[in-house]
Amino acid sequence: MTALTALFARDARIAIRIGGGAMMGVLFFLTVVTLVPFAVGPDLALLRRIGPAILWLGALLSSLLALDRLFANDHEDGSLDLILMARLPLELVVAAKAFAHWVTTGLPLVVASPVLGLFLNLEPTALSAAGLTLLVGTPALTFIGVIGAALATALRRGGLLLPVLVLPLTVPVLIFGVAATNAAVAGPVPFDTPFTILCALTLMSGVIGPFAAAATLRYGME
Amino acid sequence: MALIDLANPTRFVALAERVLPWLVAATAIAFAFGLWGTYLAPDDYQQGATVKIMFIHVPNAWLSMFVWGMMSAAALGTLVWRHPLADVAAKCAAPLGAAFTFLALVTGSLWGRPMWGTYWVWDARLTSVLVLFIMYLAVIALWRTVDDPTRAGRTAAILTLVGAINLPVIKFSVDWWNTLHQPASVFRMGGPAIDLSMLMPLAVMALAFTLLFVTLHLAAMRNEILRRRVRTLMLTQAERAA
Repeated sequence: MTALTALFARDARIAIRIGGGAMMGVLFFLTVVTLVPFAVGPDLALLRRIGPAILWLGALLSSLLALDRLFANDHEDGSLDLILMARLPLELVVAAKAFAHWVTTGLPLVVASPVLGLFLNLEPTALSAAGLTLLVGTPALTFIGVIGAALATALRRGGLLLPVLVLPLTVPVLIFGVAATNAAVAGPVPFDTPFTILCALTLMSGVIGPFAAAATLRYGME
Repeated sequence: MALIDLANPTRFVALAERVLPWLVAATAIAFAFGLWGTYLAPDDYQQGATVKIMFIHVPNAWLSMFVWGMMSAAALGTLVWRHPLADVAAKCAAPLGAAFTFLALVTGSLWGRPMWGTYWVWDARLTSVLVLFIMYLAVIALWRTVDDPTRAGRTAAILTLVGAINLPVIKFSVDWWNTLHQPASVFRMGGPAIDLSMLMPLAVMALAFTLLFVTLHLAAMRNEILRRRVRTLMLTQAERAA
């Protein structure tokens, strides 16, 4: 347990320090949201209607940004080999690293989403619903993303491949995240129905992601 | 013959060479019967002659899911039993599966234009099949990224198994979300809802397309085994020259 806590603290510290790129995701999120009014025009009624979808899409793209560093940096400096040789269960190691990654890159996106929602003219209910669904849904994006990160590390040249591998798998999370946010604002389904499915998706990916990523690291590395 | 006997690539290639001419003949006969049956099948009372697109569309859609299921079985063979031909089977199935999925999308779109009045709708079944097509392309891209076949095989196997979660979503998407695409009418509780005069040609066409897949897959596996041998020979030659 202490080893896992130490790993979590180490990963979080590396991400926050210079060159870690923790805040890069938020900056990218801000840029994507800013680009939308340039593309669709500054129509406030339209932005209010498509705002939740834009927030989710922006968060999804931003969560991809730092993903390829998750194992690649450790692989470059050799610490991944040490982790693989340690007696810790690799699935838990991957889960701890993924959690650290979410705290440093996913959580800032959740915190930033109300501010960006104001840009998109969202009403208070939509702001809190988007924040809540992102809080529950972004861990699923990270846990699905670790599979892609592990594949990209095992393949060495996988950096370009990563978004193509990960994005199709995140479709259900996107569907139910946006559906829950829209349900809170406009109905007709109650907020709970898509929201509980979103929670289920997060829990499922929390199991599948670490196991698949650990298997990739175990069998895929030379 | 047990599955493990086929682990010897030489024996597998010999078997493939022996079986392939028969398979080609069987495929041609099945297609002849299937197309003839399609020609004889009655027009639908609502859709007219366009219903005949079904005899191409439905087998392709079935195969698009069947091939991914087969790739998942092969992925288990790679990861669990380390069967030496499992990753060859998975690699050769991916482009064929992508082709069947593409044909299912194209024929469905051509069928949708006269029936629904549009080539494409963002309906649950159509969208999930499109995601399946993208996943086929992703697996092919993964195979093309790594030069060492065994490592590529293991990583592709994991991606295939994770992607297999999409299969039940596709199968049941029409039941879960009430959408434009019609619900299942052949494999459902209480028996098929299609008249026998249409079901028979459909079954023969499904058989024909499955035989086509088996034939092409076997030929592709033989070619892949030979390609790997050439690669090994060239590597040893390069080593000797160095």
